[in-house]
Amino acid sequence: MRRAIGPTALAVGLLLPVLPLLAWAVSGQWRYPALVPERLTGRGLGLIADRDVLEALATSLVIATAVAVLAAALGLGAGRAVGMYSFPGRGVVQFLLLAPALVPTIAVALGIQVFLIRYGLADSVAGVVLVQLIPTVPYVSLVMGAAFANLDPDVEDQARMLGAGPVRRAVLVALPAVRPALVVSAFLAFLISWSEYILTLLVGGGTVRTLPLLLFAAIGSADYTAAAALALVIAVPPLVLIGVTSRFLTGATPATVGFGRL
Amino acid sequence: MSAATGRADLVVEGVRVGYRPGCPVVDDIDLTVGAGTLTALLGPSGCGKTTLLKAVAGLITLQSGEVRVGGSSVIELPAERRPVGLVFQKPLLFPHLSVGDNVAFGLRMRGLPRRARRERVTRMLELVELPGLTGRRVGELSGGQEQRVALARALVLDPRVLLLDEPFSQLDADLRARMRELLGRVQRDLGITTLFVTHDQQEAVDVADHVALMLDGRIEAHGPPVEFYSRPATLRVARFLGGTNEIPGTVSGREFTCDLGTLEVPSGLADGPGVLVVRPEALCPGAAPTNLSGAGNVVPATVTAVRFRGTHQTAELRLGGALPATMTLSPAFRIAEGEEISVRLPVPACHVVPFEHTPQSIPSPPTVEGERSRA
Repeated sequence: MRRAIGPTALAVGLLLPVLPLLAWAVSGQWRYPALVPERLTGRGLGLIADRDVLEALATSLVIATAVAVLAAALGLGAGRAVGMYSFPGRGVVQFLLLAPALVPTIAVALGIQVFLIRYGLADSVAGVVLVQLIPTVPYVSLVMGAAFANLDPDVEDQARMLGAGPVRRAVLVALPAVRPALVVSAFLAFLISWSEYILTLLVGGGTVRTLPLLLFAAIGSADYTAAAALALVIAVPPLVLIGVTSRFLTGATPATVGFGRL
Repeated sequence: MSAATGRADLVVEGVRVGYRPGCPVVDDIDLTVGAGTLTALLGPSGCGKTTLLKAVAGLITLQSGEVRVGGSSVIELPAERRPVGLVFQKPLLFPHLSVGDNVAFGLRMRGLPRRARRERVTRMLELVELPGLTGRRVGELSGGQEQRVALARALVLDPRVLLLDEPFSQLDADLRARMRELLGRVQRDLGITTLFVTHDQQEAVDVADHVALMLDGRIEAHGPPVEFYSRPATLRVARFLGGTNEIPGTVSGREFTCDLGTLEVPSGLADGPGVLVVRPEALCPGAAPTNLSGAGNVVPATVTAVRFRGTHQTAELRLGGALPATMTLSPAFRIAEGEEISVRLPVPACHVVPFEHTPQSIPSPPTVEGERSRA
């Protein structure tokens, strides 16, 4: 029974704020001081099946997944380097890895936009993925660095004594040991990318339309029914992801232990 | 130096290892382990034992020297291809694998089919007295079980030489004694050549056919355990083993002339200045003597302190009124501080080692109590 408390608390805490959104999404008219929507409409929910929305959903999924995978791959390498090895200037490298998360991303992105335009990456999905790596890689590196710092370097030597070469040591021993941290940090990267608005608008130039862009447009035109419906579409995938990874998010997994060491 | 009986299975020659050039941690080590025997590499913390072990395993590169296993050099082989098994101080089990998969890991690396793996894993777990634990999760094991799984994981590969790096030091005393027995039995059953690193004299004496004492990156002495206690090669060895009484003097035939008079010593000792060493438990107390001649190896002594140690008591003495010494007695023996007694030094227990101009600061081995608090 005790084991279920964590996931339950997580589920309740995350699902409660979604309820008002549901109400907004089906209300045609809802003005003060009415306690419930005065008129119901199917327009909001119908919007979910709208072609533009589905396309934006697909674009968002592609970008967020690509960002999560790339950030995880880069952060895995960076985290291993700073977490397991001591070398001159390690502190500086650690700071530089974290720096993009400290500087407002928009400032960096404005500078980088020049190069993205030069290399033809502006207004493209690839460009958006690249620029979204700036705010995501630091977090993944941070989490993975802590995870690798917790890993006993002798474990790989032990695997070596059992006949495992460098590749199999990495894949069969080190990777499984840091897998929970990797899952959690990739999830983190996915979430950052999923709700990113400014960078997508700037680099995508309106051509790359993700869900947050549609949501902001709806809010801008004061269409609360559409905004609520879009917000629901945005809220669902992360919830599914949390369901899948809750095993790693609660309890004393190496990932949380890793956070403890930061 | 070579204490190997029969064929030598592990030969270490002139091995020098260091992390910085000109500053070797392990300096010019020669060590031979006979086929099927167990040698304990004994030494205080930080003397380089683990470094030597890792060098033999191939985890550290040698600066110079040669390591031969079963007659052929393994220097060129990377660690993963040496016919050597290593059990670390920590169990280092892979937490994402079951007990059986942990033991099978090395066989899997060798590409053995699943069926053959399972059979050998089952047999090996039986050998370390953990039958039927194949499907168990690693996290459910106790400390002793973990270390036995680690042992099985190394042994299942049938290595030519087994290296053990203080594998039981993190277990409590009682369990450690049982693990030693198990190791001794497994080692004899398999007849595997074993090098066992420890800082615990008792452990070394308990399990080993031969003991190699390592001090400051060098092998100080190498031989059967009995020799270490009765006939230590040097003063450093005698001091490391602890609780020795030292009487400086000069050997001439079977006579040893010192401040206490002339004492009788065993034959076969080199003439000239030396230090007579005799262990506290070898001294025999007697009634107050009338002369100071040393006849019958009896000398007068003053008791300066008595300490009760549970299973025994120790008396601090001044031999001939000056020379400090320690005597171990049964707890029932009646002795009081300030008492004038006589002490006999039995001839077979007296041994003379060469003079040494080394400071007294030889690292002494940790006591059993100290060790517990360390763990």
